[in-house]
Amino acid sequence: MDFVSIMSIFVMACFVGYYVVWSVTPALHTPLMAVTNAISSVIIVGALVASAASGSSLSKYLGLLAVVLASINIFGGFAVTERMLAMYKKKDRS
Amino acid sequence: MSFAEGTLAAAAPPPTVVGFAYLIAGACFILALRGLSSPVSSRRGNRFGMVGMVIAIATTLVTHLNISLVEITAAIAVGAVIGYVVAQRIAMTAMPQLVAAFHSLVGMAAVLVAVAAYLNPEAFGIADPNVLDPVGRHLIHTQTRVEMGLGLAIGAITFSGSVIAFLKLNGNMSGRPIKLPARHVINLGIIAAILGLIGYFLTDQAPWVFFTITGLSFLVGFLLIIPIGGADMPVVVSMLNSYSGWAAAAMGFTLHNSAMIITGALVGSSGAILSYIMCHAMNRSFISVIAGGFGGEEAVAGGQAIDRPYKTGSAEDAAFVMKNANQVIIVPGYGMAVAQAQHSVREMADLLKKEGVSVKYAIHPVAGRMPGHMNVLLAEANVPYDEVFELEDINTEFGQTDVAFVIGANDVTNPAAKTDKSSPIYGMPILDVEKAATVLFIKRSMGGVGYAGVDNELFYRDNTMMLLADAKKMVDAIVKELAY
Repeated sequence: MDFVSIMSIFVMACFVGYYVVWSVTPALHTPLMAVTNAISSVIIVGALVASAASGSSLSKYLGLLAVVLASINIFGGFAVTERMLAMYKKKDRS
Repeated sequence: MSFAEGTLAAAAPPPTVVGFAYLIAGACFILALRGLSSPVSSRRGNRFGMVGMVIAIATTLVTHLNISLVEITAAIAVGAVIGYVVAQRIAMTAMPQLVAAFHSLVGMAAVLVAVAAYLNPEAFGIADPNVLDPVGRHLIHTQTRVEMGLGLAIGAITFSGSVIAFLKLNGNMSGRPIKLPARHVINLGIIAAILGLIGYFLTDQAPWVFFTITGLSFLVGFLLIIPIGGADMPVVVSMLNSYSGWAAAAMGFTLHNSAMIITGALVGSSGAILSYIMCHAMNRSFISVIAGGFGGEEAVAGGQAIDRPYKTGSAEDAAFVMKNANQVIIVPGYGMAVAQAQHSVREMADLLKKEGVSVKYAIHPVAGRMPGHMNVLLAEANVPYDEVFELEDINTEFGQTDVAFVIGANDVTNPAAKTDKSSPIYGMPILDVEKAATVLFIKRSMGGVGYAGVDNELFYRDNTMMLLADAKKMVDAIVKELAY
């Protein structure tokens, strides 16, 4: 990918982010932070590349450590979001 | 193509397919945030997020034929167990510090990936295979060095800043601002040095440049957060959320990965918008929050009147007033979280509803220690979300309300914000609780003041009854009276 197409993706994603986040109801701002936390751990992609590569064993172990950290975040972030969202209930009309 | 030409090239799917997979992952993350526009669609959104993550991880594992699949599986398993257990055990009141801790992990992961990429650039395809530097290492592409330097710096700042935020929120460190002399000059100097070194990194990829950037960034993240007081934590947590996004985006640029870039941009804007909302709700500029020091000693001068008369009441009085009301609006704040009183509050509301009283909840945007903190606590206590209202939706109702029940909120109800130009919180939008016929205000004692360090003139009004006790004990006592 050349720089211009990467930059285009980035700029467009910023706009999408802007409009999507403004549409999030304030009641769900805490789950929003938890889930953005989980998805920003997509950085695990870089960690996996480092772990899978041959060449530098230090690089590989740093990559593996990053995989552990990012996984804590991914599993923890999605799980805690799920737990919070499950608590939001509408009024019982019975 | 024969296998002998290289197993990597032969077995990997074509780059277009890989690019598409990451793009789909990115789109899933957008849908995850989109789902949060309503509690009804939110859980589906969260599932989209998980799907996106599985796609991103699976794609990476498939395309990088693995010499260490066992280790990677083990690493993921370790992280999964820790993350899952923590997520299940954490108390909802501790959510701000958990989020801060998670931010620090994203920051550290970004730093580690940047270091790994620096040490082994060939593996990431970011080095020129034909050009070597004076010490015989492959030259990293110039443009990549900028992106890597930025990702590294933002990641490191996110890490050390979040660690400090965690310690403050968790109470391991005082919430009071710690102010070093000349801190603005020092911080700006360090940031300038980091940017200068990233510029220099373009001409020289020597390790000292790379690791000095790392060290200085860790340092400045630490220095930036220590002067910020407890009341400004909602902004800090949002801001660090934003940084973790920009760090991921910068690493996405480094590795040419669209999933990382899309996610980074989403998270970055999300945190920035939340910071804006929080600053707006406190009528403070982002710059003044970052500069820090709010809630410090200078503000104590605002509490001029100590001996003014005020009325106190017992749980019995409070129960009587509320039982005979048509409408009660409950205003929760950080104090409710500290006392873990949310379940008792809901019990009280249930009993009032049985008496035919209409009960609503009013939430100020900066109540608590992070955006939406009170909403989560009330949801945990099974309060239906359609009884919970934001400031702008309920503020006009206080005039027609019999009782405003303030529990653990102080500055966000202080009428001085509207009238007293000398008050540090002047101009901050507040909940107009003083317009209710009666204000019941739970407070541990008359001595303490809110985080802004200002006295609340609400305490001394004729229509205010102070309920001086621990929030949970007082509400439990009221519940007993109501049930009686």
